[in-house]
Amino acid sequence: MKKWSKQLTSPSAESYQEVTGKIISFLSITIIATLVITIIVFLTYQGIALFTQDHVKLIDFLTGQIWKPGQNLFGALPMIVTSLLVTLLAGIIALPLALVVAIAMSLILPQQVYKICQPIVELLVGIPSVVYGYVGLTVVIPFLQKMFGGTGFGILAAIVVLFLMVLPTMTSMTIDSLNAVPKSYRMASAGLGATRWQTISRIILPSAKGGILTAMIFGMARAFGEALAVQMVIGNTTVIPHGLTEPASTLTSVLTTGIGNTVMGTPANNALWSLALILLVLSLAFNLLIHLVNRKGAHHS
Amino acid sequence: MKKWLSAGAAFIIVTFIIVGWATNRHQTKPQKISIVGSTALQPLTEAVAHQYQQKHPGIHITIQGGGSGTGLSQVQAGAVDVGNSDVFASQQNGINAKKLRGHVVAVAGIVPIVNPNLPVDNLSLEQLRQIFTGKITNWQQVGGPNEKITVINRAHGSGTRVAFEQTVFKKNDEEVTSQEQDSNGTVKEIVANTPGAISYITRSYVNQRVKSLQLNHFKATKANITTNRWPLWSYEHMYTKLNPNSATTQFIRYMQSPAIQQHLVNSTNYISIHDMKVKKTANNQIIEEK
Amino acid sequence: MSPIKIDRIATIIILGFSALIGVLILSLLGYLLITGLPNISWHFITSQAESFSRGGGIRDQLFNSVYLLFLTMLVSVPLALCAAIYLSEYAPQNLFTNLIRLAMEVLSSLPSVVVGLFGYLVFVIQWGLDFSLLAGAMALTILNLPLLTRSCENALQQVPSLQRQAGLGLGMSQWRVTTKIVLPAALSGIMTGTILSAGRIFGEAAALIYTSGQSSSVISYSNWNPFSPTSFLHPLRPAETLAVHIWKVNNEGLVPDARAISNGAVVILLLTILFFNLLARFIAHRLSRRQGLIK
Repeated sequence: MKKWSKQLTSPSAESYQEVTGKIISFLSITIIATLVITIIVFLTYQGIALFTQDHVKLIDFLTGQIWKPGQNLFGALPMIVTSLLVTLLAGIIALPLALVVAIAMSLILPQQVYKICQPIVELLVGIPSVVYGYVGLTVVIPFLQKMFGGTGFGILAAIVVLFLMVLPTMTSMTIDSLNAVPKSYRMASAGLGATRWQTISRIILPSAKGGILTAMIFGMARAFGEALAVQMVIGNTTVIPHGLTEPASTLTSVLTTGIGNTVMGTPANNALWSLALILLVLSLAFNLLIHLVNRKGAHHS
Repeated sequence: MKKWLSAGAAFIIVTFIIVGWATNRHQTKPQKISIVGSTALQPLTEAVAHQYQQKHPGIHITIQGGGSGTGLSQVQAGAVDVGNSDVFASQQNGINAKKLRGHVVAVAGIVPIVNPNLPVDNLSLEQLRQIFTGKITNWQQVGGPNEKITVINRAHGSGTRVAFEQTVFKKNDEEVTSQEQDSNGTVKEIVANTPGAISYITRSYVNQRVKSLQLNHFKATKANITTNRWPLWSYEHMYTKLNPNSATTQFIRYMQSPAIQQHLVNSTNYISIHDMKVKKTANNQIIEEK
Repeated sequence: MSPIKIDRIATIIILGFSALIGVLILSLLGYLLITGLPNISWHFITSQAESFSRGGGIRDQLFNSVYLLFLTMLVSVPLALCAAIYLSEYAPQNLFTNLIRLAMEVLSSLPSVVVGLFGYLVFVIQWGLDFSLLAGAMALTILNLPLLTRSCENALQQVPSLQRQAGLGLGMSQWRVTTKIVLPAALSGIMTGTILSAGRIFGEAAALIYTSGQSSSVISYSNWNPFSPTSFLHPLRPAETLAVHIWKVNNEGLVPDARAISNGAVVILLLTILFFNLLARFIAHRLSRRQGLIK
C-alpha cells in the first residue's frame, strides 16, 4: 500500500524528463538572451564614450558634415546620408525586378524551369560579399568609367554591387511568400474566369503583400550592414554626395577602414564605435519596420 | 546495433581526446610569440617567421594583420608580444612611446604612382605637395596633357600616409578632399584603371600595372633611398614592451641579422637597415651616418 | 483593351524582364567561372599559400573554412535547436517570449562588421582567446543563430499538431513528444535549414578578419592531437579562411599572381557552396521519402 501511494504521489520518470527538457531549452534561450544583452550593453558603452569621455556633442556628431578624426572633427552626417541613400536606391531598383523574376519563376514558367532555377538563386544568396565587391572592382567600375567618365568609384557603383547582392535574397524570399498564398485562391480566381494576370495582380499580389515587403526590407537590411563589398567600390570620401557618380563613404566603409589604424581609447577610435552604435540602432529600426509591415499585412488578410 | 555503434564512436573520441590532452601535458610547452599589426609588414614577418620556426622547432609564432594602430595598442595593453607598425610609436595618438621599445626591421620606400597612360614622368617635391593639397588640379600645370588630376589618398591614420605627409607637406598644409583607400592593392588597382589618377604606395607593391614617378629626377631605386636622395621612405618597426622575453628578443635579432636583411628583405623590395646611409628621427629629421 | 490582351502583354513584360535578369545573373556566374576555372589545379588545392612568390595554393585556407564551419555548427546547432524547441513547444504567449523574439531580431540585424569587432574586443582580447578558430566560431555563431533558430522553429511548427496530441494522449511528457515525435518529423526541414545557413556563413569575411585572423600559423596535418598547437585540429590556432584570403590577396597581397589566386579561390568557394546546397536537397529528399514509408 505504502509503495503504491509513493508511486502515485511522487513524480514519474516522464515528469522528470519534462523538467530536464524544460531546463535544457530554457537554458539555451537564456544564453541567447544574455548574448544579445551583452552585445547591446557593450556597444552602447563603447558607442557613447565619444560623448561622455571626449565631450563631443551628440548633435554635432549627428549633424556635422566634416569627418576629420585627426583634428577632432566628427561629423557623421555624410556617412548616415550615404548609407541610407545607397541602401534605399538599391532596394527600390531591386524590388520590382525581384518581384518580376519571382512571379515568372513560381507562377508562369513550368515546374521544371523552377526546379533548375531555384538552386541557382540559392547559390547566389550564398556568394560571399567579398566576391561581389571584387566583381564590382573588375567589371562594374571599368564599365561605369566608360559610361560616365571619372573614376567610376562612387555611389552608383555601390548601388550596382548592392543591387546584385540583394537581388537573389529578395527573389528567394518573394518566391516563398508567393508560394505561401493558398492554392485555393488561385483556383477560385481561375474558376471565375479571370486571366492569369488578373489572378496575379488582384489576388496573389495583394495577399502576399506583407511577405513581399518583408523581403524588400530584409534585403535592404543586408545591404545596409554590408561592409567589404561597399568599401571596395564606393571610393571612401567623407562628403555628402551631390551626384550619383561621386565617391562617398558609408558607415560600414569608414568603420572597416579606420578600425585598424586607430588606437583603442582615443577619440578617433571611440568615434568609430559610435558609428557602429548608429549602425545597430538604424538596423534595429529596419527590423521593427518589418514587424510593423507584417502586422499590417496580417490585419488586411 | 545503432546505439552500440554510436556509443563505440563516442568512446573512441573521448579516449582520443584524453590521450591527446595527457600526452600534450608532458611535452614541454612551445614558446609562443604573438605578433600583431601593420598589414604591410605582415608578409615579410610571415616569411621570416616561417624560416625561423624551421630552425627552432620549440618556438611557435603567430602573426596577424589588423593595422599599425591595432598593433601598437595591443602591445601597449600587453595582449601581444610584438606590435608591428609603419609609424613611430610617438606619432600615434594614444600611445605612450616611453613604455615601448622600438626595433627597426626594414626600410620601405614610398612611391608616387600614376596611370600608365599618363605622359608625365617626373614631379618636383613641391609639385607633389601642391597636387595633394589641391592647388594643382590639372596635369597641364605640371607639363602634362589637359587632364583632370584624380587624387587618391590613403586612409587617415595609415602609416604610409603619415610618412608621406611628413615628408611632402609643410606646416599647416591641409590635404585636398579626395577618395581614400586603405590598402596598397586597392590603390594600385584604382590608379591602373583611372585615367589621370595619382596616389602613392609602398615600393614592394609597385608593378607594371602602374607607372612610378621620378621625384626631382631621381628614381626610387635602392641606392637613392639609402642616401635620402629619394626622400619618401619610412621605417618598419617592431615594438615590444621595455623588457621583452628572450624568445621575442631573439626573434627580432634574427629579423635584423645581416643574413635576413640581405636576402629576404631585399628580395621583397624592402631595403636592408644595414644599407642605410642616413637616419630619420620621429620628427622627420635626417641625420647623416658616418 | 480586352483582359486577354492585357494578360498577354503583362506576361511578355514579366518574362522579358526575367530573361534580362537571368542573363545578367548567368553572365555574372559565367564570368566568375571563366576567370577562375583555368587557375584551378590539383596543385592549387593541395599546396600552401606563398607570401611573395607565385604558385601559392589554398590548402590551409580551404581546410580552415571547413573546420571553422564544423566548429561553428557544433556550437550553434544545439543552441539554436533547443531555443527553437523552447519557442515552438514551450513558450507561453507573454511579454518574456515577445522580448526573446525581439532579441532575436536584434541579433539578426547586427551587421557582420559589428559582430566581428565585438568578437575582437570580447573573445579575442578580454577572454584571451587570441586570434583563433574558437573566437571565429563564436563570432559566426552570433551571425548564424537568428537565421538557424528561425528555420528550426519553422520546421518544428510544420509538424501537424495532431501528432503531438497523439503522443500526449499516450501519456508521454511534452519533452519526450518533442524528441521522439516532433524532432524526427521535422528533421528534414532542420537539415535543410542548417546546411543552407552553413552556405551563408561559409563565405563570411568581415566578421572573421578580427576574430579568426588574417594568417595561419604553421600547422601539420599528421599531428592529430587537438591539444597540440601545431596540430591542424587545434581550436585555438589562428586560421585564415578562404573568404578572408580572397579579401587579403586583393588588398595587401604581395604575390605576383594575386589575381589568379583570388579568381581560383572564388570558384572553389562557389563550388563548395553549391555542394552544400545539393547536399541539403539530397538529404531533405531522402529523409522525407523515408518518413513517407514509415507513415
